[in-house]
Amino acid sequence: MGASGEIDVRLDRVSKRFADTTAVDDLTLEVERGEFFSLLGPSGCGKTTTLRMIGGFEEPTEGTIELGGRDVTDLPPYRRDVNTVFQSYALFPHLTVFENVAFGLRRKKVSKAEVDRRVKESLVLVDLPGYERRKPSQLSGGQQQRVAVARALVNQPKLLLLDEPLGALDLKLRKQMQLELKRIQQEVGITFLYVTHDQEEAMTMSNRLAVMRHGKIEQIGAPEEVYDSPATEFVAGFLGASNLLEGEVKEVAGGIARVLVDGGAVLRVPEARMHGRGVSRVRVGVRPEKIRLVADEGEASSARNSVTGTLRVATYIGVSHQFTVDGPGGRTLTVYQQNMGTDPIPAPGSGVRLEWEPEHTFAVRPSEPLAEWEEEQ
Amino acid sequence: MILYLIVPIIVMILYSFNQSHARLPVVSFAWQGFTTTWYQQWNAIPGLTPAFLLTLRLAFSTMIVSAVLGTLMALALVRYRYPGKAFVEQTMFANIAAPEIVLGASLLGFFITLNIPRGFITLFIAHVMFTVAYVAITVRARLSGFDRSIEEAAQDLGANPWVTFVRVTLPLIFPGVMAGALMAFALSIDDFITSSFVAGSTITFPLWVYGVVKVGIPPQVFVFGTVIFVAGLLIAASTLVFQRKKA
Repeated sequence: MGASGEIDVRLDRVSKRFADTTAVDDLTLEVERGEFFSLLGPSGCGKTTTLRMIGGFEEPTEGTIELGGRDVTDLPPYRRDVNTVFQSYALFPHLTVFENVAFGLRRKKVSKAEVDRRVKESLVLVDLPGYERRKPSQLSGGQQQRVAVARALVNQPKLLLLDEPLGALDLKLRKQMQLELKRIQQEVGITFLYVTHDQEEAMTMSNRLAVMRHGKIEQIGAPEEVYDSPATEFVAGFLGASNLLEGEVKEVAGGIARVLVDGGAVLRVPEARMHGRGVSRVRVGVRPEKIRLVADEGEASSARNSVTGTLRVATYIGVSHQFTVDGPGGRTLTVYQQNMGTDPIPAPGSGVRLEWEPEHTFAVRPSEPLAEWEEEQ
Repeated sequence: MILYLIVPIIVMILYSFNQSHARLPVVSFAWQGFTTTWYQQWNAIPGLTPAFLLTLRLAFSTMIVSAVLGTLMALALVRYRYPGKAFVEQTMFANIAAPEIVLGASLLGFFITLNIPRGFITLFIAHVMFTVAYVAITVRARLSGFDRSIEEAAQDLGANPWVTFVRVTLPLIFPGVMAGALMAFALSIDDFITSSFVAGSTITFPLWVYGVVKVGIPPQVFVFGTVIFVAGLLIAASTLVFQRKKA
């Protein structure tokens, strides 16, 4: 498992324009062999179009696509060493499970005994042995999904493309299939390129992920990297709740940037999390679970970042408390605090102080607000 | 209502077993007792059997050619955008809606103008013309609900466009093709109006029956009618059984 350093997929300045829209805009991307790589973004961000171009179902308007070092930009899907798991599964309704899985092998004129063996093997891999004679219509959604995975993997492609393969399943089955897919990927060691709009899914499954918006990549990195140090406001908001404060960078020195936020407090941000921004106006943020909420009394620890505010709402969730706080500059901040059963809970309306470690602070590039069609996700 | 639909068929079957005493050219419609004589002497009427065989030949060739052309037409209509597409679609419906007598007359004029000798060929051209739209429409209905990603999956698994069509598209639209083809067959086998215009001196089964109706219909006509009907029933029943098995 994991990256081998060899590049399996390379997209070089790829654009795809339809009649009046640009679906993918000058996109450059490299995926290493053996990686579980996710393209994450709201609907309409171009992630599926990107996947379809790699599969050969759409032709890029500009740019080149390489698979395993070979330029495949102009090759049709049936000449590419890539297989796809479609969102709708796209099983052949007139064929049995066995014939569905055997379809790719038959095209390659694999011997009958070999077809038999490999189909059986891949059905075992997806935990569906004994279903050979069934028709797709006799299977549940989850089972159809497994057949679709088996049908693609039996060909031992260099790269497996998965287009929101779990989108049609209910939550419980989704969680189960996430683990299952991850297990299969580790077992076969094939590069997986996974498209999803579900940030949790992308984070639990991927080695690396790219967050996309408006046909461009906003940020690429390991899930922890992208979550803990988002580069843009959009990424910060898409990957989970985030608290953003407007401010101005006063100085950058000794690996630490000092940001004066509107409302008075000075926050320290590690320079590595400034994403190259110097003295300018920025938005700084911190994830809600990194914050500790205390009653506003006594001196603030000078080693930590802290802001003061008024507690608006305290919600008890069981495993945690969720607090909504009116912070500096009229910003609303959210805090998740684990329910340790020890800390006293301040009353709503009282003054509170929010503290967190400077290394948990990040600065982002502002983005335009989410369009309505992006929010529905 | 069901009686209303079924009575003509029952009468036809009954008369094929009617022991009429009269010989040609007079046929009595009075019931005179049960016999299977006419089934034994099915070939006894001069001219009837050749006409019937010609009609079968015509219906089969019409069915096959219409099925192929109609399927291609449906594919073009559903899959591609091209100038004049709406026109093709309208023409298809106009073809179905136009009175047969007008089609027959204009076809005859057309054939005479081009100096094509009337006979099997003109019958065949005419029959394909008025049945192809039916095939196109039934296949199109089947295609419009078609999930294209199934074809993409086939290509993804290494099937070129031709293999994709033969292995995936065609099997999935085949019920539509079959329905259209059977309709073409049925329309062709009993066509009278258009055929009477373009047949020239060739005699099809319906034309022959019409020709003798003034002097009396020999019971063999009922025999052929019953045979066609029973064959149709058998085909329908076997498709039903076949589909049950598949499901």
